[in-house]
Amino acid sequence: MSTLLEVRNVSKRFTMGGLLSRKTVEAVQDASLSLSAETPEIFTIIGESGSGKTTLARMILGLELPTSGEISFRGKTVSHRVGRQERLDFMANVQPVFQNPFEAFNPLKRIDRYLESTAKRFLKLSHRDELDGAMDGALQKVGLSLAEVQGRYPHEMSGGQLQRAAIARALIPNPPLLVADEPVSMVDASLRMSIVNLLKSLRDDLGVSVIYITHDLATAYYISNRLIIMQRGRIVEMGDARTVLDAPEHPYSRLLKASVLSTEDAGNGKLATDAGMVKLAGDLVSQAGRLVDRPDGRMVRVYG
Amino acid sequence: MSEDLLKVDGLKAYYQMDYFGVTREVRAVDDITMTIRKNEIYGIAGESSSGKTSFIKVLAAAIRPPMRIVAGSVKYEFKGLSVDVADATPAQIEAIRWRHLSYIMQGSMSVLNPLRRIGKTFEDFAKKPLGLTGEAYRARVLNHLERLKLPADVLNAYPHELSGGMRQRVTIGLATVCHPEFIIADEPTTALDVVVQKEVLGLIREIQQDMGSSVVFVTHDMSVHANMTDRVGIIYAGRLVEEGPTRQMFFAPRHPYTAHLVASLPRIGDTTQRPALDGRPPSLANPPSGCRFHPRCPLAIDKCKTDVPPLVTVANDHRTACWRWQDVKPLVAPQVPHGVMA
Repeated sequence: MSTLLEVRNVSKRFTMGGLLSRKTVEAVQDASLSLSAETPEIFTIIGESGSGKTTLARMILGLELPTSGEISFRGKTVSHRVGRQERLDFMANVQPVFQNPFEAFNPLKRIDRYLESTAKRFLKLSHRDELDGAMDGALQKVGLSLAEVQGRYPHEMSGGQLQRAAIARALIPNPPLLVADEPVSMVDASLRMSIVNLLKSLRDDLGVSVIYITHDLATAYYISNRLIIMQRGRIVEMGDARTVLDAPEHPYSRLLKASVLSTEDAGNGKLATDAGMVKLAGDLVSQAGRLVDRPDGRMVRVYG
Repeated sequence: MSEDLLKVDGLKAYYQMDYFGVTREVRAVDDITMTIRKNEIYGIAGESSSGKTSFIKVLAAAIRPPMRIVAGSVKYEFKGLSVDVADATPAQIEAIRWRHLSYIMQGSMSVLNPLRRIGKTFEDFAKKPLGLTGEAYRARVLNHLERLKLPADVLNAYPHELSGGMRQRVTIGLATVCHPEFIIADEPTTALDVVVQKEVLGLIREIQQDMGSSVVFVTHDMSVHANMTDRVGIIYAGRLVEEGPTRQMFFAPRHPYTAHLVASLPRIGDTTQRPALDGRPPSLANPPSGCRFHPRCPLAIDKCKTDVPPLVTVANDHRTACWRWQDVKPLVAPQVPHGVMA
């Protein structure tokens, strides 16, 4: 079994302030995970804001270099400074999808120009027909077509369509891995499921692995195979998505699950959070603990 | 108990633009009639570009050109003071703002002035409407902060020194310090993560019950409506398509759009395929004929393409605008909580 992506003991420390008032923030501490090349999967990273989930994703994309540890893609280390050619090769294989499609596209440029520049850069195409073919192929995969998109500006499309176009752009170089940072949090309720279902079909039909970053436990449960839950830079629980979310073990995971608003008793207005639970989870932030294996395949951080 | 605080009657608010002799009209709010009672939380759901933000602007009496009220009235009945937003003078609106009518805004970072301490911002907002000075004013603000579970130190802090949840609580504090009778909350929790979101929602509810105010709560997240509101109204393409008691809206929706919104919510413990709605939200500049939902509706018949369905009462307090409301079935069976009979 070969690995597609391997993240080994990666940490990231940010330094803030001047010489006299220097502060360091441990954004990610000692994170390890790996994705297999043979079985495509949706791997979810869950955490609140400030938990380090976006920093981890940026390191996987090569936008940040880890302070320590190593990230390798198909056995080749990528977490160091690389030359332009090596960087382009990597970018063709790992593509990002960002949170807000209205910010990801320049409002003054036509959408097809983005797709075209991606196709030119990564597929080295120059003929009109070939370019159109590549663009149309990628758009078809997300349920759009070139005819619908050609010549249109971002404001002429709905948020859901635009997010699909962003995913289509990411699919042009046929990457084996997509990194999607909260791709549905800015999309309207009626269109949200179409994006989530799309990610699912990318995995099932096209064999693309997806790293799905979210704070929405319900969609994570719906589409992901495995997940990690992060709290203040540390992975606190990791394992099969259903196993973990059906019966979370770490106090922070339990708190997250308890905070999900359910519709089961709509209209009853239950909004109280158990204060003991919040305190229990909060107290663990300062302790390092260690990850241990459980018989059902998950890993949980234990303390003391 | 169920006295009305706000009556909206046949409200039409359009954006009318005139560029080089070409007139363009966007019918953002088209014939909405609803009432909001005292001491209730009324939820408004709708996607972006459905006209819900325009509707709130009218409710908040923040009407600026090119938006104009074309027809209808928006009547507030405050204690000993009734105001119709449609023909109120700026002085009348100034008199009700913050004291009677208040607004919790989205994005707490852009609401608070980054260069002013929170205490200064409180003075800007509250000193004049409260009409208090010196110790009395200070005591009132500190008392209010305590109710919001904020330490008194926040008054000396700058916005960037506070966490997202605390900033949002500060904006709630600003909006409620004058004990307004009517509060509009526009997506106050969208930028927050689950744990903080629940805390902030709980706080808004607590404050509302304390003061006995009415809250209009706007968000597109149906799971928030389920836990927060007493009644929900659904806005689609500038029209109110359904409204009713929250529980009924979730378990017995009578409009296909509501049924879809409820059914598309994923749940923990359930991995069955969720349906996604085809098509895209209609353009308000050129809305579809007849029922505006018909191009995306699974139940559409020929009548839907030509005739606009009226809002009819289908059950106690429950109104819907659909020709085929009798055929609307909840797309997912309601789940009964384990061990408890609903």
